Amino acid sequence: MKVWVYGDNVNTDLIFPGKYTYTLKTEADIAAHALEDLDPTFAKAVHPGDVIVAGRNWGCGSSREQGVTSLKWSGVGVIIAESFGGLYFRNCINQGVRPIVLSGLTELLKTGDQIEIDGDTVLVGDQRFIAPKLPPSVQAILSAGGLEPMLQRRFQASTTI
Amino acid sequence: MTGFTFAEKVLAQHAGVSEAHVGDVLDVEADVMFSHDNTAAIRKIFQQLGAPGILHPERVVFTLDHAVPAPSTEHAKNHAEIREWVKQQHVEHFFEVGRGICHQVISEEALVLPGQTIFGSDSHTTHFGWLGAFGMGVGRTEMAALWATGQLWIRVPEAMQITLNGKLQPGVTAKDIMLEILGKLTVNGSDYRSIEFTGDTLASLSIDERPVIPNMMAEFGAMNAYFPPDQVVFDYLAERGAKDYTPIYPDADAVYQERHAFDVSQLEPKVALPNQPDNVVALGEAVGQPIQQAFIGTCTGGRYSDLAAAAAVLKGHKVKIRCVIIPASQQVLLQAMKSGVLTDLIEAGATITTPGCGPCMGNHMGVPAPNEATISSGSRNFKGRMGTADAPIYLSNPYVVAASALAGAIANPQEFMS
Ligand code: SF4
Repeated sequence: MKVWVYGDNVNTDLIFPGKYTYTLKTEADIAAHALEDLDPTFAKAVHPGDVIVAGRNWGCGSSREQGVTSLKWSGVGVIIAESFGGLYFRNCINQGVRPIVLSGLTELLKTGDQIEIDGDTVLVGDQRFIAPKLPPSVQAILSAGGLEPMLQRRFQASTTI
Repeated sequence: MTGFTFAEKVLAQHAGVSEAHVGDVLDVEADVMFSHDNTAAIRKIFQQLGAPGILHPERVVFTLDHAVPAPSTEHAKNHAEIREWVKQQHVEHFFEVGRGICHQVISEEALVLPGQTIFGSDSHTTHFGWLGAFGMGVGRTEMAALWATGQLWIRVPEAMQITLNGKLQPGVTAKDIMLEILGKLTVNGSDYRSIEFTGDTLASLSIDERPVIPNMMAEFGAMNAYFPPDQVVFDYLAERGAKDYTPIYPDADAVYQERHAFDVSQLEPKVALPNQPDNVVALGEAVGQPIQQAFIGTCTGGRYSDLAAAAAVLKGHKVKIRCVIIPASQQVLLQAMKSGVLTDLIEAGATITTPGCGPCMGNHMGVPAPNEATISSGSRNFKGRMGTADAPIYLSNPYVVAASALAGAIANPQEFMS
């Protein structure tokens, strides 16, 4: 998996500019402006399956959901950061994008490098990092692809029993 | 060993774990979940989920307050759908048109108590910190999930402590404290933390003023806010028949990521200029700004003490511009009627309308024309907030709003008070 490496305190304005929040509606349009003010090369070069690796407090600032969905619709399914803005973390889970809290990766990696993620293990070269476990209920939301699909599945299952 | 913040304690307790630490993710049980005119929209999402029904209808509260009485057929249909849902789901805590604004009504009905959790599909749910409860705003999908499961997952937030010391001068209110905090720490200051207050100012604030600060913690970006509940709160609840609860207090050695202290004893009235609530200046710098409409109301600034403050300024004078006054609830209206405050307001030429949100978010009952300026006792002055894009909004305390109604421009209340 290819990584995109960023620093500390990247706020949601840098991830998705506020000026677009009410004008852009389609998934493709929103994805096309992801990280535009931080890294103009990102939206053009990102591939499905790429991973963001960031420092402290990724996604601080406003509550806008596009901070998560612009990356999700760009194909990013995992974001690794030393810590996350509280509301951003919440939006990640509810949108089905996996947030992994891990320190020490930004020093080892630069944009374009490869890592492997296998379950809870993150492999950087020959170094292994273990992602902290999420509680089962939150893991279930992620595995289902977000809050709404998770509940749909749960209640579908309960009615077909 | 270090101690725990309020947020850590209340969330641990409601998740059934012995300890919670910042960053832990917990499934938290909701004591109360409420929605307002957005209930019908949440019902649509809920129906997608396939859940058999609301799991705990006795913990659910609906209020009709955002556009009441219905200003259009569309609004009326929305209300009708909600009433139908109330019947289907056997929701007992349903408050009809005119009862008041959700946050005020839930407080008056003592539906949420110290140490409890309350989730609302409204960003000002931080309001309930005034009772020492954990109040958090949620999205519509999250509210649908709460109806279905009674729980919500939460990442235990970092906390910030704000100490308020000193007693306010006459004519200075909790609103001014709040604007001072926003002016100094900005709308991004909180970053979704638990904002926990302490200091000797809290005890000196009246019941009506206390909610102003936790309420406007939404403008600060807080997850929740907290005032340590004291005898004044316990008495308020006892009058309303609520006795059975256990308040939660943070430990003296709780870990706060940031601490701020304000001495409010020399604080002067403040004004937030358009278009952000942290665009704050001293009243003197705003005096003279022409105004076309004065508005006293909302969950922030429409309680009895706000109306009484307005009356103290307006009594014996006549307003120069339109002055819309909307009590936050029927009880506030009744109290103002019984005390004579209502008479003073009406004799001064103010317009009194149905308890509810009124023009706060631009639905009706005081939408400005383009380029008309409003001064409001509410909480938000974003561009277009009151329904018209190019109509600037100034925020201040109720004395200043009333004085501005008399002057037709932002004015110092001292000019009109003997
Ligand atoms: S009064 Fe205004 S801020 Fe308060 S709940 Fe109503 S619309 Fe929201």
